[in-house]
Amino acid sequence: MSKADVVAGIMLTGATLYAVFGGADFGAGFWSLVAGGGERGKRPRELVGWAIGPVWEANHVWLIFVLVVLWTAFSDAFAAIFSTLFIPLSLAALGIVLRGAGFAFQGTARRLRGRVAAQRLFGISSLLTPFFMGTVVGAIASGRVPVGNAQGDEITSWLNPLSLVVGALFVTTSAYLAAVFLVSEARRAGAADLERYFTSRAIVAALAAGALATAGLIVLHSDARYLYDRLTSEALPLVLVSVVCGAGALVLLYRRSTRGTRPLAVGAVVAVLWGWGVAQFPYLLPETLTISQGAAPSDTLTMVLIVFGIAVVLVLPALALLYTLAQRDMVTEGEGPRASA
Amino acid sequence: MLADVASFAASSQLAPARSQMAFTLGFHIILASLGVAFPAFMLIANYRGLRRNDPDAMLLARRWSKVAAVTFAVGAVTGTVLSFEFGLLWPEFTGTFGGVFGILFGIEGIFFFLEAIFIAIYIFGWDRLAPWAHFWSGVPVVISGFGGAFSVVAVNSWMNQPGGYTLTNGKVTDIDPLKVIFNGAVPYEVPHMILAAYLVSGFLVASVYAVGMLRGRRDRYHRLGLLIPLTVACIATPIQFAVGDTAARSIADDQPIKFAGMECVQETHSDVTEYIYGRCTSDGVKGGIGIPGFDSFLVGWSTSTEVTGLDSVPPDDRPPANTMLHWAFDTMVGICSVLILLAIWFGFVWWRRRDIPKTKWFLRAVAVSGIAGIVALECGWIVTEVGRQPWIVYNVMRTEDAVTGASGVWVTFSLVLALYAVLGTVLVITLRTMAARWREAPAEDQPVPYGPQRPPVEEVGSGGAG
Repeated sequence: MSKADVVAGIMLTGATLYAVFGGADFGAGFWSLVAGGGERGKRPRELVGWAIGPVWEANHVWLIFVLVVLWTAFSDAFAAIFSTLFIPLSLAALGIVLRGAGFAFQGTARRLRGRVAAQRLFGISSLLTPFFMGTVVGAIASGRVPVGNAQGDEITSWLNPLSLVVGALFVTTSAYLAAVFLVSEARRAGAADLERYFTSRAIVAALAAGALATAGLIVLHSDARYLYDRLTSEALPLVLVSVVCGAGALVLLYRRSTRGTRPLAVGAVVAVLWGWGVAQFPYLLPETLTISQGAAPSDTLTMVLIVFGIAVVLVLPALALLYTLAQRDMVTEGEGPRASA
Repeated sequence: MLADVASFAASSQLAPARSQMAFTLGFHIILASLGVAFPAFMLIANYRGLRRNDPDAMLLARRWSKVAAVTFAVGAVTGTVLSFEFGLLWPEFTGTFGGVFGILFGIEGIFFFLEAIFIAIYIFGWDRLAPWAHFWSGVPVVISGFGGAFSVVAVNSWMNQPGGYTLTNGKVTDIDPLKVIFNGAVPYEVPHMILAAYLVSGFLVASVYAVGMLRGRRDRYHRLGLLIPLTVACIATPIQFAVGDTAARSIADDQPIKFAGMECVQETHSDVTEYIYGRCTSDGVKGGIGIPGFDSFLVGWSTSTEVTGLDSVPPDDRPPANTMLHWAFDTMVGICSVLILLAIWFGFVWWRRRDIPKTKWFLRAVAVSGIAGIVALECGWIVTEVGRQPWIVYNVMRTEDAVTGASGVWVTFSLVLALYAVLGTVLVITLRTMAARWREAPAEDQPVPYGPQRPPVEEVGSGGAG
């Protein structure tokens, strides 16, 4: 395994963390959108706001991490992807802006009308980013992104059956992860009604994600043969792990188990992502650019590894601290300022 | 022929791409400055509140943290847009040099992560964390602000003074990380921007309280809200002037054509007149106030210093929009000079009487200083960005060769204009609404920026809502 392969693995790790944590945040936005307006959807939306408030900013940074590793270590692939896929990536960025704005403003809007508008913005934009990120992954996986500055088709590269299925799969998977997390968050908040509410939704989302993943495999068979062949050979164990985890999570959800759903749901998603990574190996852009062809000079890769090492030492403990404090209700909002007490 | 068509297609994206980049960067830079400096004000107030058992300072710190939450959230998304634009607008630049300047963004990523984590702990930690533990959770935010600003501005410095790499057949084959990180422009560009962040944020926050005091809210709370940021800004301003002066002199050495554009020097000669404003033409400066020999003196401490003129390079290699560039430079320097006078006024009266100047004109001056600071900040970015043109990497890669081949940048630019106009408006309205709410109900029992709400405990009789 070369240095470039290790860096590619680090990049996929970042993408995985973004898909799980950032994805769950986007999925939470999805649930706040479909919860319905006014009083009906008020409580689910409250839970969403309460649960992701302290962590969403940090979760979002994984995206920056992936972008930076991609353009530093694999500049050619970055340039090819961002120029050919100009449209879906612009729309994904639009989703990020709207979502951040909607979330920042929904708690502070003075009038109810403004608050509802901010919440709707938050919900709708939560669909945009995962969907268009999915179309980007579909475009890359099916070899529709050639090396160079906007050398691929600006439209059909991402507007094709595989991209659309993967886009839908990303939305569904985000919603699934969010629902599973929100079941636990509802339990932490002591809201049994919301626990039931999100359990049923997690089950529906799990089934939808499973169906879409199967549809994706069928489309891959005709559209991205290289990937399909490897998914059914080298990457098969990971696909099976995903199926087993997904099924296990489903059973636990159905039986309303209080433990194990989160790791299994996360496991299902992680296994699929790494299955994709293994299936695409050794290509960055399947069948046109390999990891070693697209890699930056050795010194750059070393620097990326050093920076990553520092990040592991500094950032991971800090993240663990944040999640622990959040789970123990230490970072949350309550009564008036201490000093006046 | 085909190559001609392709290059035309690419260059037709140049104008919208540059406009979009300038606009989004100009927008983000304000929020980024607040992100760097505002947490420091917050912690100063917090420290004072804890040390002296000062409830006003404590309330300020708490409210500032809520403002910081909103501006940080918006700044994070506008910053994300910029990182997308490295690929969406400038794929040839990032595709060629990503492996060089990218390492600085890797370092920035660490700081951004720490900032996002600890600002969340600080903002949401007011009630449950021990007071001093809570204070210390804010310290990494301030440190990360410095580190993040260093890394990002160092990338811009590298674009001005590229080095530390070997290019073979258009591909980077070797890099020297230390030469990239500590490139030639870092020593003046990085401190210049960090000071700018403290200066702009300081005057901006102080101006809010100056307006409040002008409207009759002259309580201790407002006084403190004015004093903390104003003191920081007034310390930063004279230092900024010295650093800026050094930067200009270094640019005259390192990027003489950029300097010639800033000062409208057409021909290389000595005893160059310094023009304040005026219109730049190929025959020299029309109008404006001229000080004979002073430009040469500023560059080399002697009127006999030779200053390189624009005519030393072909017209294609000169920066565009000379008059704008010159005006931006003069406006930035002018505003900084006036702000120094404000700082001296404040410093003198404080030294004599331990109080702010009694006249309303002082509060009026502070009230406009915030906007003035932002104007100076934007002018500074115009100077460094327009002054570097036509190069994206100085003397190495032209901006027109860096731009995307994708069509549709006009569309995204229009969208971005509309979107950011709304975003900016809503941001200002939100901050004003928060302030109004605080005036009405001093007790800290209101909804809070981005999210922190009480958990929705089960409602009696609500049953299964699913």
